[in-house]
Amino acid sequence: MQGLNPFHRGQGPGGRPAPVRPAPARPAPVAPRTPRKDPAPSRLAYRLNRMMLRPLVRRLVHVGLPAFLAALVAGIWLSDDTRRANLTGGIDAIVDRIQHRDEFMVRMMTIEGASPAVDKGLRAMLPVDLPASSFDIDLEKLRERVLKLDAVEAVDLRIKPGGVLSAVVTERVPALLWRHARGIELLDKTGHRVASVTGREVRGDLPIVAGEGADRAAAEALALIDAAGPILPRLRGLERMGERRWDVVLDRGQRIKLPEDKALQALERAIALDRALHMLDRDLSVVDLRQEARPVVRLGLEAQNAIRRARGQPELGADGLPLPPDAAAGATAGKAAKTARKSG
Amino acid sequence: MKDLYQGQRAMRNMRRQAMQRGVIAVLDIGTSKIACLVLQFDGPSQFRETDGVGPMAGQSNFRVIGTATTRARGMRYGEIETMAETERAIRTVIQSAQKVAGVRVDHVIACISGARPASYGLAGEIVLPAGKVGEGDVARVLAACEVPDFGRGREVLHAQPVNFALDGRSGLSDPRDQSGSRLACDMHVLTIDGDAASNLVHCIRRCDMELAGVASASYASGLAALVEDEQELGAACIDLGGGTTGVSVFIKKHMIFADAVRFGGELITQDIAKGLRVSHAVAERLKTLHGGLEATGRDDREMIELGGETGDWDTDRRSVSRADLIGIMRPRVEEILEKVGEILGAAGFDCMPSRQIVLTGGGSQIPGLDALAARMLGQNVRIGRPLRIQGLPHNATAPGFSSAIGLALLTAHPQDEWWDFDMPAEHYPARSLRRAYRWFRNNW
Repeated sequence: MQGLNPFHRGQGPGGRPAPVRPAPARPAPVAPRTPRKDPAPSRLAYRLNRMMLRPLVRRLVHVGLPAFLAALVAGIWLSDDTRRANLTGGIDAIVDRIQHRDEFMVRMMTIEGASPAVDKGLRAMLPVDLPASSFDIDLEKLRERVLKLDAVEAVDLRIKPGGVLSAVVTERVPALLWRHARGIELLDKTGHRVASVTGREVRGDLPIVAGEGADRAAAEALALIDAAGPILPRLRGLERMGERRWDVVLDRGQRIKLPEDKALQALERAIALDRALHMLDRDLSVVDLRQEARPVVRLGLEAQNAIRRARGQPELGADGLPLPPDAAAGATAGKAAKTARKSG
Repeated sequence: MKDLYQGQRAMRNMRRQAMQRGVIAVLDIGTSKIACLVLQFDGPSQFRETDGVGPMAGQSNFRVIGTATTRARGMRYGEIETMAETERAIRTVIQSAQKVAGVRVDHVIACISGARPASYGLAGEIVLPAGKVGEGDVARVLAACEVPDFGRGREVLHAQPVNFALDGRSGLSDPRDQSGSRLACDMHVLTIDGDAASNLVHCIRRCDMELAGVASASYASGLAALVEDEQELGAACIDLGGGTTGVSVFIKKHMIFADAVRFGGELITQDIAKGLRVSHAVAERLKTLHGGLEATGRDDREMIELGGETGDWDTDRRSVSRADLIGIMRPRVEEILEKVGEILGAAGFDCMPSRQIVLTGGGSQIPGLDALAARMLGQNVRIGRPLRIQGLPHNATAPGFSSAIGLALLTAHPQDEWWDFDMPAEHYPARSLRRAYRWFRNNW
């Protein structure tokens, strides 16, 4: 058997151990990279992609779907009464807290230029009790309500810093008294009602007008009264006739009928006549100036009877009818005196 | 041929619909890559004369709004081999082109590079009874062309009237309203394998797209790579693709011949992979980065690291000289060009007045190809890049995109085909004529 194994020649029975050989440094084996499969969309992905490229579908998905989802979530959340109440309560609380901050509170109201009655009415009109938030005071509405007061011509409402609601009131100045079927009222120079009065004596210094529609022609009435200078002591007032023209009513039952237009010139003409001829001192009941070209004068009863007596005709009674000839003389004198007293 | 007529008419109607909608996709299904261009047609009045932009060879009325390319899968020799894989590739490319364009595309015009094309020149002649060529006479003379036996399962891809002759006056492009007694026409018919065509149609249908037209890839690349003068005077376009090499011959702005060699750039890659024992991806990289056809002394000293990821250190660290690489590539390219030369000889290219040869396609980027082709095919050789069209990104202007761009040009200006003319009346089904006759007899 010897010689068959050449590797053991000349060695002891134990043998020499194999020398330790360091393994050469090798790169770590790289796992073979699998070639990347060619990417391709699946049929479903491809179809969805093409569907999404339709403008309608794209808009539906990008806009419609989120809007629908948001509405759905909000609707479901709000479908519960408690949650809805909580939400509205929370919002209200926040709004309330902001509105009732110190900076927005109104504590005081100052009113300038108002008479005590208007002052009292204005304070009663304020819809809230002070102190209140300025958000609760609607100045525009308040102003409209204040302007509904007849005595107020203009009002300037503002909330000043420091929590002061300031109202500057301009009151109407009464210029006329207007007597009509429902009582006596004060009018300002534009004819607007200021207040009602109980009687003529309350404002004796103001001229009086009467008749329906007199308030709408107040400016003209004031101009007529201004022009009435010489006959002013005799003036009792103006009366609106048929809502279109004026009658100047003097004492002793005299009346000057003015035309519908150019009333002022007609009145000045009557005054000129009076100054020249003392026309109004005579026994005239009516001076009719309604037709400019043809002024007409109606004589008083005394003057008519004097003419009739001179003509030998029967005298006229107070009702304008001829008296029976037997009851003439005594009665005529008494009635004439009575008429004169009444008209004075 | 009636079915063909109806089918092609349906595709023409589809194309008209797409033009009305304004967006159409162009799909070039090649062996190594699939390219998709999305075209937008926005009318001819985009530019005015005052803008300094002329008609630009009729391509100013459309622009490219989306481009995408992907690696082709399941394709071999320009034909669909694995339909599911090709369908996935088409889906990928259409989806990415749509994403770039931002619009949905429903109509697609595709081109097919392989499928064994065969060219036929047909001639027909009719007598003109009116002494004048009317509208219907053109269709009649086209229908009068005698059709040879194409063989079983062949589909007509193009049937283009190339030339009209009227009483011995030949070379007319539009004979309408001219007087004469005999009208003759020449028609170029290109047929392809019917099964390959129906595979393509099926694949595109499965991607939910409407097919609005099919064209031959060699024809389309000829449209893109040849300039107008070359098309007019006579030239051949050689499209060196991945799986096939298309050849098309043009004269008087008409294609008169088209064919394809079933050799291509993939074969060169395979040779390199076998010769150097590297993987396909490494071989492709070596071909595109270091490939060449003319070896010089310097190439002996220029060493190329092969690289690779086999995991074997020694194998991955090999290096070869560039001359070795050229030595592998050149015989294969020579073989391809020999085949091309045979085809050109069969087409009678030597008899043409101007024997210009234009090389295009991805394979034409091999350095030194023009010199080799000039030695093998003829002196007038140039490398052709496709025409510039509006909106095309820079990375899609390479020669490899010439068939896609040519297809876009063909979409904008379709060539008259036989089915564009109204069919003559006697070709209507007899039944409907009989019905009309009966209606008249009953009612009058």
